[in-house]
Amino acid sequence: MPLRRRRESLLTYLVVGPFAIMLAFPFYWMLWTALKTEQDLYNVESVPFSFSQGSPTFDNVRFLFEDTQYLRWIGNTVLVGAVVVAITLLVSIPAGYALARLSGRWGTSLGVGIFLVYLVPPTLLFLPLSRLVAELGLQDQLASLIVVYPSFTIPFSVWLLMGFFKTIPRELEEAALVDGASRLRTLLRIVFPISLPGILTVVIFAFSLCVGEFIYAVSFITTSTNKTISTGIYTELIRGDVFYWGALMAATLIPSIPLALFYNLFLDRFIAGFTGGAFR
Amino acid sequence: MEAVAPRRRRKLLEERRFLAPLLIAPAIIVIALLVGGPLVLAAYLSLTDATAGSLSGSFVGFDNYVDPWRDPNFRKALQNTIVFTLVANAIVVVVAALLAHFLLRDFRGKWLLRLLVLLPWAAPVALSTIGWLWIFDSLFSVVNWTAKELHLVDRFNPPQWLGDPNLAMASVITVHAWRLIPFATVIMIAGLASIPKEVDDAAAVDGATGLRKLFRVTLPLQLPIATIAVLFGIVFTATDMAVVYILTRGGPFNSTQMLPMWAFQTGIQGGSLGPGAAIALYLLPVLAVVTVLMLLFARRVEVT
Repeated sequence: MPLRRRRESLLTYLVVGPFAIMLAFPFYWMLWTALKTEQDLYNVESVPFSFSQGSPTFDNVRFLFEDTQYLRWIGNTVLVGAVVVAITLLVSIPAGYALARLSGRWGTSLGVGIFLVYLVPPTLLFLPLSRLVAELGLQDQLASLIVVYPSFTIPFSVWLLMGFFKTIPRELEEAALVDGASRLRTLLRIVFPISLPGILTVVIFAFSLCVGEFIYAVSFITTSTNKTISTGIYTELIRGDVFYWGALMAATLIPSIPLALFYNLFLDRFIAGFTGGAFR
Repeated sequence: MEAVAPRRRRKLLEERRFLAPLLIAPAIIVIALLVGGPLVLAAYLSLTDATAGSLSGSFVGFDNYVDPWRDPNFRKALQNTIVFTLVANAIVVVVAALLAHFLLRDFRGKWLLRLLVLLPWAAPVALSTIGWLWIFDSLFSVVNWTAKELHLVDRFNPPQWLGDPNLAMASVITVHAWRLIPFATVIMIAGLASIPKEVDDAAAVDGATGLRKLFRVTLPLQLPIATIAVLFGIVFTATDMAVVYILTRGGPFNSTQMLPMWAFQTGIQGGSLGPGAAIALYLLPVLAVVTVLMLLFARRVEVT
């Protein structure tokens, strides 16, 4: 038996290992490039996998933070993400709970319906919404993104939360209701505290949807100080034919690392919510 | 008299019939305003010659839907959207199924491999694609450097990944497949994990092992959730603009042009809202089919 186990493990490493390396390679390469000096990077003679000519260096990172608007874009992104997540939670938690608990069959159908709205892509909506944003006088302002982003975070979050609320045993709430607590009180005192991990999962994934959004950001915002990282890096750090590759790679790697760690941490809960709604 | 009203109101809040719609209403209103309304507006715009300056274009019937067919760029965009979506997702299914099969079990170092596999999904696509832009660089591509060292390509005439039409297509497909594999893997692991242990035992009792078990037991049970993963992949590939925008801008010579990009260039950069909206709406049939399939399969998963 142990021999068989070991052979199975070996096979796993042989199959998954190469794929894992290929999938992670671009990030390894971002790191290597970010740490290289210009001379090292643009020398055809030097071996790209090793450091020479002054590398490794933090000059690219310093350039990014001191001579570009990178910090500003990160600030904008966090601001938009935080406000959108707050709006999303305010709207989605009650809806998710009601769909999971207070409504019968039509609740599930409505839940699936709301989820399908998530599949309506920004590609279909960015042109009419650009008109809406113009009518509201919000062109070129972060407010335009704050108004528009709930269009995808809310359907997604309602679905996830509906899944989470369904996994909470009904008996807990019923016990509180029998004891004479009102429904809203039960919701605040019993249901929310237990669902906190689920709500945190929604926060992480809704926030990351905002960080990664591209088509609205590139359509609505043109002033460099109002850009978010998903558009700022590409449109501002590439000036004509001049590519600041070292700084570019540092700029793309920095937001990716914390997101990846959070994804890994909350993955199991995400799966539970995502598949707990109806696909079960 | 005044004391009665709040009590009655409180009582109403206890009533499911009132509480449920009350709690769901805000979500429905936001969705109606931000998705329903704009979708109708898109349909309306697509029937007019509206420009970025004003909403009130004049009615032109179905011209915006018919005219693009005479434009080779549009036909190329439509064709590429289909090719990107089908090829990328075919790769995704095979790789994700394989990875899910192995990642389901416990083994030493699993968390590290899982973290590495997850990376492309966690990173914002607009950022990771810039990473690929550098990997595919015309002069300093690490792929070409390695291939040259291994004498796989001509040292003085290495492949121009983003400069040659065919290679540019392959590059776009690579990036799409790369970023979708983690999500599909995750969904498929969930699907495999949901197959009850009893099914395994029953299969063992019936003497089903190896390939037989794979084709008779595991695959049929996994099919519905695998389909869901693929349908998501289709939507994410067909409607994404970031990858093409950053890698090729639709070039060289519009060879990697695709519908979302063409709609953006027509509607936002060209300022022709009406025609742009019509081009984007050509994606609607794809989404409708995906939606129907997803509903069908979601129901099947529920049954198992």
